[in-house]
Amino acid sequence: MLRSKTKMLQLAVTLLACAFLFVPIVMSVLAGLTANYFQGVSSGLTLKWVFEVWELYANSIFLSMGIAFACLICTVIIGVPAAYGLARHPGWMSRMLEEFISLPLAIPGLALALALLQLYGSMQGFRASWTFILVGHVLYTLPFMVRSILAVLASMDLKTLEEGAASLGASPWQRFRDIVVPNAMPGILAGALTVVTLSIGEFNLTWMLHTPYLKTLPVGLADSYASMRLEIASAYTLVFFILIVPLLMAMQWASARAQRIAK
Amino acid sequence: MTLRLTHTAKTYPDGTKALLPTELSVCKGEIVSLLGPSGCGKTTLLRIIAGLETPDAGSDIWFDDDNVTALAVEDRQVGMVFQSYALFPNMSVRANIGYGLKMQKLPKAEIDARVTEVLEMCQLQPFASRAITALSGGQRQRVALARAIAPRPRLLLLDEPLSALDASLRESLRDELAVLLREFDITAIFVTHDQDEAMAIADRVAVMSHGRVVQSGSPEELYRNPTSSFVAGFVGNAMALSGKADGTTLHLEGGTLTLPSDGAGQTVYVRAEDVRIEESGPLRGKVEAVTFLGTHYRVVISGVTSGAIASIHSGQIAPKVGDFVNMSINPEALMLLPTEADVA
Repeated sequence: MLRSKTKMLQLAVTLLACAFLFVPIVMSVLAGLTANYFQGVSSGLTLKWVFEVWELYANSIFLSMGIAFACLICTVIIGVPAAYGLARHPGWMSRMLEEFISLPLAIPGLALALALLQLYGSMQGFRASWTFILVGHVLYTLPFMVRSILAVLASMDLKTLEEGAASLGASPWQRFRDIVVPNAMPGILAGALTVVTLSIGEFNLTWMLHTPYLKTLPVGLADSYASMRLEIASAYTLVFFILIVPLLMAMQWASARAQRIAK
Repeated sequence: MTLRLTHTAKTYPDGTKALLPTELSVCKGEIVSLLGPSGCGKTTLLRIIAGLETPDAGSDIWFDDDNVTALAVEDRQVGMVFQSYALFPNMSVRANIGYGLKMQKLPKAEIDARVTEVLEMCQLQPFASRAITALSGGQRQRVALARAIAPRPRLLLLDEPLSALDASLRESLRDELAVLLREFDITAIFVTHDQDEAMAIADRVAVMSHGRVVQSGSPEELYRNPTSSFVAGFVGNAMALSGKADGTTLHLEGGTLTLPSDGAGQTVYVRAEDVRIEESGPLRGKVEAVTFLGTHYRVVISGVTSGAIASIHSGQIAPKVGDFVNMSINPEALMLLPTEADVA
């Protein structure tokens, strides 16, 4: 009897915690699908608001996806050689450099954005272009890419593998292409998904860096909350969910895979 | 291919002399083993030959008539088997073996034919399409050897190729490796700290200590005629008989021995198999331990000299611990070597 009582208590706490997490989501999603929020669900369900969001903010969605993709390319191009260099030359200098790359994790995005504005704000063409937001996103997401690759590279004897390839006649570039990159792939993949997810969801930095013509998905969300009907803002949340949840799931899968290989 | 090293040395930036100026020649088709304890410079020497380590200025490395000192490892055409094998985990067995051939830009058909040939030689056909992670230690070792040999290198270098294996597997693979290396008919150098391995595989053994080659010769030569106490001790575990030499007589704690020559300034060594336990022997000592090893007993005896000495006893019955026994040593079996201040 006592046992079933504790069991019941456990179940109740679990359900309560789940409800605490899920109810707001369900409410928000429901609000986005309700014809009139103030009348409640009885006013009927509709996709009208979702289409309206699409009409109003499709540009934000495409901009966010474009920036995320460009950010991914930049972090791969910078991050793979950087992680390789750090893994190949361990020592206090490398550790310092790694910490330095990781600084944007600790510094608030607002401070980072302010620094960018102070330095480049007067360069009109650059300031008003989407590449300005991209620079901020690359700064912010690069440490995730580098660390993810570094964790995989550190788990193998990279030096001896490269020596093996060299003894077979492979030049430094061939060694990098045939040995380093393929073996770092799980780390690159896990890092890539993190970078894309973070870039799409990034608000702090982007809010400071954006212009009225360049609103990313989260900035558009803030905008819709501030200036649109509640139903539209909620429908926006739904659109955001649909975009970000599959990415999150893929990220989980990839990082689990990278960890398995790193063992 | 013949290999010739002249005045080759390696000093690390912190001043450590890993390898003192060394001369070494290896004839075509010869299999040479670099034998020595860890830290003696044998791996450094191998890595210098491979091109993975830059020797000090003044060093010269010749492959036949080519001076390769300044060539990078990828241009030296050496095959290398690493202690950890360094197989590429992102490639199958076949792709690993074919990698060197791919680097030589051979046509695909020829690569396939050569890989198949090498797979057959190393009896790896059943594993050709497997992933590296799906292989046992012994199979990995053979893949590493096959990969090194496939591009037909000028010289094959092996760095402790058997040390990552279980003891039971090591012995059978040792014999297999000896056969394969001769089948390949290639000049090879391999590094080991295991004297049995060196003796079983090599035509010639170069014993190294403290950054230099102390003696080089056939396994028999090293075993029978060591020129230093280090070689005598390292190859065949010779034991020192420390006593007082008076002309050709050696006075020990447990009796006297006749020496084959004047023992002044010399240390006398003997091997366990030359110490015979017999009633009429001139030496006497106390049995400390008896180990049964199947074909023979190993009897440890104290009281003969300052340390304990061992005897290989092949009789049916062994003496018991605590017994006193008499021993004799044939004067021819005694090795007289100059006493060294530094017995490494």
